[in-house]
Amino acid sequence: MSHEELAHPELAGVHVDEDSGDLSRSEVILKGALAAGAVYGTFMVGPFVRRALAASGDGDVGILNFALTLEYLESSFYEEAKTRAGASGELKSLIALLAKDEREHVEALTATIKKLGGKPVAEPKFDFSYGDTAGFLKLAQTFEDTGVSAYNGAGPSIKSKEVLAAAGSIVQVEARHAAAIRLQNMEEPSPEAFDPPLGEAQVLKAVEPFIA
Amino acid sequence: MPESKEREQAEPARSAVARAVGDPVSRRKFMALTGGSAAAAAFLAACGSDDDTTTTSSQMGGGGSSETAQFGKGDVGILNYALTLEYLEAAFYADVVKSGLFKGPDLETIRKFGEEEAEHVTALTAAVKQLGGKPAPEPKTEFPLESAKAVLELAGTVENLGAAAYLGQAANIKSPAVLGSALAIHSVEGRHAAALNTLLGKSITPDGAFAKPADVKTVLKSVEPFIVS
Repeated sequence: MSHEELAHPELAGVHVDEDSGDLSRSEVILKGALAAGAVYGTFMVGPFVRRALAASGDGDVGILNFALTLEYLESSFYEEAKTRAGASGELKSLIALLAKDEREHVEALTATIKKLGGKPVAEPKFDFSYGDTAGFLKLAQTFEDTGVSAYNGAGPSIKSKEVLAAAGSIVQVEARHAAAIRLQNMEEPSPEAFDPPLGEAQVLKAVEPFIA
Repeated sequence: MPESKEREQAEPARSAVARAVGDPVSRRKFMALTGGSAAAAAFLAACGSDDDTTTTSSQMGGGGSSETAQFGKGDVGILNYALTLEYLEAAFYADVVKSGLFKGPDLETIRKFGEEEAEHVTALTAAVKQLGGKPAPEPKTEFPLESAKAVLELAGTVENLGAAAYLGQAANIKSPAVLGSALAIHSVEGRHAAALNTLLGKSITPDGAFAKPADVKTVLKSVEPFIVS
């Protein structure tokens, strides 16, 4: 499939490392989500995630581990971008802020998973392919919008009120990040009045081919 | 974008918003592009907002399930609470549009914000009816509209408060469908709040990495000055 056919070709360039020999389920789901996002648009991802995780029977820990994997991705992305994105001034400050926030999300999710008696997933290795500031910004927008969609899609499946509260607190910050990055890209901070995930059946059908 | 004529008229003169907040070109461009709405916002309850801890569940928004009892029982009460806030924001933006304080792309943005508010009002009204409830009445409101900068400050305050209000109720929602709808609005409210904060030169994440919820009492007390009846 050529990149010209992709709604978000930048996602196709993101590589989640499988060489560690122990590819976690969250990483597999993330790969599927990214592939789906690349082909069908980021808003297809949320319901897929919800369904994939609900079907696994992992409950809140499974959802949190998926969120943790996404946060690992974002954290790694912005940490690296500090020296790689070629940013200066306002954008440089924004990258530092986002890196800090995502790192805190990683720490909070890790602590919550442990508190629930679960085992936090290990940090995957990522390979982000972008060449310049514009490429960085485009990928950042996709990640942030995808993050919002993923949390929103998973929300109704969360059992614990505390976990739901935590997820809500994080998703609002992800949405704020998304708006800020979109402004950097001269795009509308909120493209729609609602950030709803799309229909489940449609999404599943679309993404299943990409699940390893 | 139907207001292209107004946009043309506004350039190259600096817009009211630009003058008010002394924003760089990128922010002016944003005002022309943005389509966010005001709306109160969102759901999910929050937690873990303390800077010195990694715990994410230390702070639930809202107390018991009866916090919104004055608006109705259970999810209907929560939805009517949100509806009341959305009505307030829609009215605010409508008044701002009429005030003449903004022109060109800024006016276009504010009108768009108001339109999105109206969409939230419509959706919440339908949700209340679907649950067999009676939608909350539209409150009569009055807002201080003294200057463009003051209006923007108020918009920022209202948006951030709205997002916190939804966050304070998310975990109290019983129906997964209602929660899903609430989440769809919540994140949009977060986007709006961040956009306005950017415009105002404030932090996009004033609470840090974890957004804080606001309880019903705090929210209602904050908006009380704007409600006439």
